[in-house]
Amino acid sequence: MDGEELTEQETALYDRQIRVWGADAQRRLSKSHILVYGIKGTVAEFCKNIVLAGVGSLTLVDDRVVNEEALSANFLILPDDNLFQGKTLAEVCCDSLKEFNPMVRVSVEKGDISTFGVEFFEKFDVVVISCCSLAKKKLINQKCRKLSKRVAFYTVDCRGSCGEIFVDLQNYKYSKKKLEENIDCQLEYPSFEEAISVPWRALPRRVSKLYFAMRVIEGFEDVEGRNPGETSITDLPGVLKLRKELCETNSLNESQIPNALLERLLIGTREYPPVCAIIGGILGQEVIKAISGKGDPLKNFFFFDAMDGKGLIEDISEPNTGS
Amino acid sequence: MASQEQLSAIKGAKVLMVGAGGIGCELLKTLALSGFQDIHIIDMDTIEVSNLNRQFLFRQSHVGQSKAKVARDAVLRVRPNISITPYHANVKESRFNVDFFKEFDVVLNGLDNLDARRHVNRLCLAADVPLVESGTTGFLGQVTVHLKGKTECYECQPKPAPKTYPVCTITSTPSKFVHCIVWAKDLLFAKLFGDKNLENDLNVHSNDAANSSEHSDVFEYRKDEDIEEYGRRIYDHVFGHNIEVALSNEETWKNRNKPRPIYSKDVLPEKLSEQNGNMEKGCVTDDVSAMASLGLKNPQDVWSLGENSRVFLEALRLFFLKREKEIGNLTFDKDDQLAVEFVTAAANIRASSFGIPLHSLFEAKGIAGNIVHAVATTNAIIAGLIVIEAIKVLIKDSNNYRMTYCLEHPSRKMLLMPVEPYEPNKSCYVCSETPLSLEVNTHRSKLRDFVEKIVKAKLGMNFPLIMQGASILYEVGEDLEEDMVAIYAANLEKLLVGLCLLSRIFSRSSHAISISSIGKNLMRRRNLMECFSLDGLNLLLIRTRISLLEMVKVHPMLYQQRRVWRPRRTLQFRKFQR
Repeated sequence: MDGEELTEQETALYDRQIRVWGADAQRRLSKSHILVYGIKGTVAEFCKNIVLAGVGSLTLVDDRVVNEEALSANFLILPDDNLFQGKTLAEVCCDSLKEFNPMVRVSVEKGDISTFGVEFFEKFDVVVISCCSLAKKKLINQKCRKLSKRVAFYTVDCRGSCGEIFVDLQNYKYSKKKLEENIDCQLEYPSFEEAISVPWRALPRRVSKLYFAMRVIEGFEDVEGRNPGETSITDLPGVLKLRKELCETNSLNESQIPNALLERLLIGTREYPPVCAIIGGILGQEVIKAISGKGDPLKNFFFFDAMDGKGLIEDISEPNTGS
Repeated sequence: MASQEQLSAIKGAKVLMVGAGGIGCELLKTLALSGFQDIHIIDMDTIEVSNLNRQFLFRQSHVGQSKAKVARDAVLRVRPNISITPYHANVKESRFNVDFFKEFDVVLNGLDNLDARRHVNRLCLAADVPLVESGTTGFLGQVTVHLKGKTECYECQPKPAPKTYPVCTITSTPSKFVHCIVWAKDLLFAKLFGDKNLENDLNVHSNDAANSSEHSDVFEYRKDEDIEEYGRRIYDHVFGHNIEVALSNEETWKNRNKPRPIYSKDVLPEKLSEQNGNMEKGCVTDDVSAMASLGLKNPQDVWSLGENSRVFLEALRLFFLKREKEIGNLTFDKDDQLAVEFVTAAANIRASSFGIPLHSLFEAKGIAGNIVHAVATTNAIIAGLIVIEAIKVLIKDSNNYRMTYCLEHPSRKMLLMPVEPYEPNKSCYVCSETPLSLEVNTHRSKLRDFVEKIVKAKLGMNFPLIMQGASILYEVGEDLEEDMVAIYAANLEKLLVGLCLLSRIFSRSSHAISISSIGKNLMRRRNLMECFSLDGLNLLLIRTRISLLEMVKVHPMLYQQRRVWRPRRTLQFRKFQR
């Protein structure tokens, strides 16, 4: 938006949320540019949240065609055949998202994101990727880190009734309220590659089992050359074998990654709508915090499992880095 | 991913949602995506602009329309083959009775006020239908599950009552900005623009009662009076004269900072009509606004005393010029721009007088309008958690029911914290089977006191029916015969000792505990809800001397309860199982 002040229209529309995070944060939101890659139910929720919040622009990348699976947890896609003939997921979602807030510029970018140059990513303040292989996650994370400008990087994935968010804010300075004062804080984030390379035995004892389980599944898909989410229960033996290897290398007891959990992740290739809403909401809040520079950001993994209902933050980083 | 058992329970479930606002929109969407096929939704509100930042099923073009209906239409576009039945109505209407509630497998609340929540809680208890409650404010939220007999009901733990302020703090000794707002809104605004017949404490001072009648016509607008003169007259009276009168009572100010009187000639020496020569030019829109006509653009700015005074006078002028017909009928409405401007200005001038920091219109509006701050993300998270609990309820997975708290700052690494539900509170006057005990001076208390202060105010029974033995002492209803109404009215004035009161109390719209045989017959004839057996009431409720033996059967527990029952902390964690 032009000018420094919020317009009358913005003040009226955003009244309730300005009372939460302040006019200053709202102004920063309106100048921010978000890139999103890989749109399923959870990312659809996230997009809805940030469009409503009033970001400056949202760019969607997903060239997959709309199919029945996409419809199952994504409320941005209307099941009217005529509306999505020949359109990609990004295009269909773009049309729906524009309606939520006419003041946000929502657009589509086509192509394979891993081939885009570093200068493409420079246009954005926040990059959120989903449905990506291990290799792609590392690649895009690196491109974001190479820029002179700080670009916040997030991955998000939901499998069945579980969800995972990863956050990389690099070297992040922000302010927060302590009692009546504002204090300045600083955090140092590892990249995705650095984080998952931290030896498992170096991690705190009670780290969520879901962290390990997701790494095993991710590793399995990587080794087998599978697309993300392209697994089934028949893969269990292969997964268990990989678990054994990884646990031996890391001196971790295999019981820390229960069979039952791995099975659920293998079977749960479809997203579960309530979990999409929860993860999409948490991610939305994190991105809003990162853009506004206010409030403690999540460092650096978030896990949710509908089975036990806990939403947990895990700090997976080398012991001598971090806050 | 939902299991077969879950899917089949979801498919066959009939769900009632109460509320189609912030939580409601997110919830309806998530329910539909999760496979629910029969959803009913009650909401009495219409859509406003300030809803659109989070109630994403609504568009600008829907402003003014029914939330329940528009939400239904929007979600049907995504899932055309499910059934969503909207009710643009107040959930407290009599058609939403026990039989209506009994039809549902689970009730999901997305309400924003305590009164409606209590009402739904009681109906769910009476109908024995599980209730999933929820609430959000900013980044905080929670989801709780309530099953009769198994968990606490919504009222087992007392909820905080809305804040009220002593009259003298408002009229004479404000110390916080909110006191000035209450004065400006409930006293000054009401006096100038509201119903003249209503009582108003505006001129009440601690020692000034005798003078109030003299001043009652100060606020009256005299025919053909110049509007600006009228405005300055009011200004000088409330901010100048009244303060001077208050100052004359030395006692009040012994330990307090004295206010200073403010007169318009000192703050705004020149006539406004000369200063703002082009005042009319600003008013091109239909929205009448003092800010607009004075060129004050930013509602986040804190105005100076001079600017506040200009807004005060200009707002007053605009009310009389453009909205004359409404004067005498107005109540403060946070969405009435001119009213908000007037109240902000008046509160700020008073604050200035008392040395209290001034606030912007944006802040003042929030305080005056009791605005709850809200964002989409928290509502989305809570909606997801509600659906997860609802599914557990449908498959009767009782070991896994959880109350879940959405925190702004993590506690033991958790942003979403599940806690096991508590067992019902045995002293809960809403859901417990235990009779309550009352200590009351039956020689001094009338039935009216009992009805108004206990049954209605404390127990929240809006339409009580009070019996003694088989005879009815008092009831409320539309279809009563005149002579019965007269008898009841007479009974209200009788002392409890004379009525030999109290064996059964029923209520038409409220909860119930144990049913007597009399009660059952009566219920069938009159379509009432269950009754509850009242032997007495909590010590907290009436402060009187103890004198009860002839009237009230004393509950044995009473003598052991020498101190006031203290409510537990609202967030108490039991041993949590990983």
